Amino acid sequence: MSDLNKLGLAEARDLLRKGETSSVELTQSCLTAIDAAGALNAFVHKTPELALERAADADARLKDNDAPAMCGLPIGIKDLFCTKGVDSQAGSRILQGFKPEYESTVSQNLIDSGAVMLGKLNMDEFAMGSSNETSVYGNAVSPWRRGNDDAELTPGGSSGGSASAVAADLCLAATGTDTGGSIRQPAAFTGTVGIKPTYGRCSRWGTVAFASSLDQAGPMTKSVRDAAIMLEAMCGHDAKDSTSADLAVPNFEAMLTGDIKGKKIGIPKEYRMDGMPAEIEELWADGTAMLKAAGAEIVDISLPHTKYALPAYYVIAPAEASSNLARYDGVRYGHRATLEAGDGITEMYEKTRAEGFGPEVQRRVMVGTYVLSAGFYDAYYNRARRVRTLIKKDFEDVFSAGVDAILTPATPSAAFGLGEMTDADPVQMYLNDVFTVTVNLAGLPGISVPTGLDSQGLPLGLQLIGKPWEEGDLLNTAYALETAAGFVAKPGKWW
Amino acid sequence: MSIDKDTAARVAKLARIKVEEDALPALAAEFNTILGFIEQLNEVDVEGIEPMTSVTPQRLKRREDVVTDGHQQPKVLANAPDEREGFFAVPKVME
Repeated sequence: MSDLNKLGLAEARDLLRKGETSSVELTQSCLTAIDAAGALNAFVHKTPELALERAADADARLKDNDAPAMCGLPIGIKDLFCTKGVDSQAGSRILQGFKPEYESTVSQNLIDSGAVMLGKLNMDEFAMGSSNETSVYGNAVSPWRRGNDDAELTPGGSSGGSASAVAADLCLAATGTDTGGSIRQPAAFTGTVGIKPTYGRCSRWGTVAFASSLDQAGPMTKSVRDAAIMLEAMCGHDAKDSTSADLAVPNFEAMLTGDIKGKKIGIPKEYRMDGMPAEIEELWADGTAMLKAAGAEIVDISLPHTKYALPAYYVIAPAEASSNLARYDGVRYGHRATLEAGDGITEMYEKTRAEGFGPEVQRRVMVGTYVLSAGFYDAYYNRARRVRTLIKKDFEDVFSAGVDAILTPATPSAAFGLGEMTDADPVQMYLNDVFTVTVNLAGLPGISVPTGLDSQGLPLGLQLIGKPWEEGDLLNTAYALETAAGFVAKPGKWW
Repeated sequence: MSIDKDTAARVAKLARIKVEEDALPALAAEFNTILGFIEQLNEVDVEGIEPMTSVTPQRLKRREDVVTDGHQQPKVLANAPDEREGFFAVPKVME
């Protein structure tokens, strides 16, 4: 069977169970696609031997009728996850050569579920970026192009390699992580599905930390059903992460009925930004109409503190990052600068971090250091945490008024060209996360679903935001939206 | 609130990142752009609002205060840029 790499998780799983293909065949098909896709720069550490070994094990289990949920399904893993014995460097020079002696809980859960890792995926350095242009590996490139224009476009960020790989069928699905939109924005830019679960659903143990109170892992897939399958495999309580929720994980796939009759969907007026492109307005209106036609009740809602989410995020996330990234000092792992005679330990720290961190990471670490420094802690950090309380309360008020989910655009525009934002100031790039970052601050689940194309043929996505721990219900609403939108476009192969 | 070159140098020092003298003015300008954006937070009335400590209301779990891990010295040192006699090695710390 050809083109096995183009399958989604559910289809491939069903073929495997019927014995119509094997994990080794699926894995080979993906490995071939990966080798032919160097131009996308999505896979940055390939693990073909390991993949074929795990695929053979999976085939044996399938034969013995001992196959767990994702048995034999080949996937990519974002470079942010520590994978035992396999390079894990968070897209940073400072972790060059780092091969963890342990496996992150999320990637271990996927191994336990039978999934086959094909390799590690490109990303913005330490997940700080919205275009995958801050990576030590160079830019990940989107398989999508504007009509016949051959300008390279961003797959989004920070999970840009994951989005590019899934959209280009280099793997059946991939892991991502999302601190301010890093799953949902790249999913929207590449016509794929990405869900960030409720804070605490996925263990953060073994995932390189950016901003610990915001970081969550999640799946990036070709369909909502695949997202349900993979999220269930990834999440669950973990004693090694004290913020991991001790809650049962439902069978998310079984909750995909497509029936959303009587569900109340909120449309927040604050997300109608000044200067919003007409295409995004239209996409949003179309999505609203689709949910209404599927039997949902549409209500106008207000989330009054939306405007302050990005500025609050750009205090809290750098503050936490400056603390988390203090560990990269050239002592225990990764890069250490070459020292000159007479250099002491302070010079070692300063030179190592100057060489090891790229400009955006340096900028955020220093902004974080500043907002936490004596005399500014209350004015910046504590104020931002107070505003965060208000942002969360906005959502709580809406949910307690009976709203089941909230529909918004996922991004303020379609994907932009690599290099197009180079001359913009950092704040312009930060605006990419304007619709997604509120969800991280409030700890809620959010999913991006592709629902249309812009006039240049690029994918656009809508975001649904759900109640805490109600990923099953959220996925079902997303499934109804996906069914109604019928998005089937794929990028034409040029790579 | 405006950040000058000296403040930028102080922040870089606190963050233990070496920044060359001639790069400081541009760095200070970037800080000012970002902090200018953050200033919007001053518009919000936060009187009586608690700063968020945990986004999901939960009590941290406790466990017995006993040793549960250890004896993995080679693994701990496996990725060290410089290790000697079972320790991480660093430049001289004391004169």
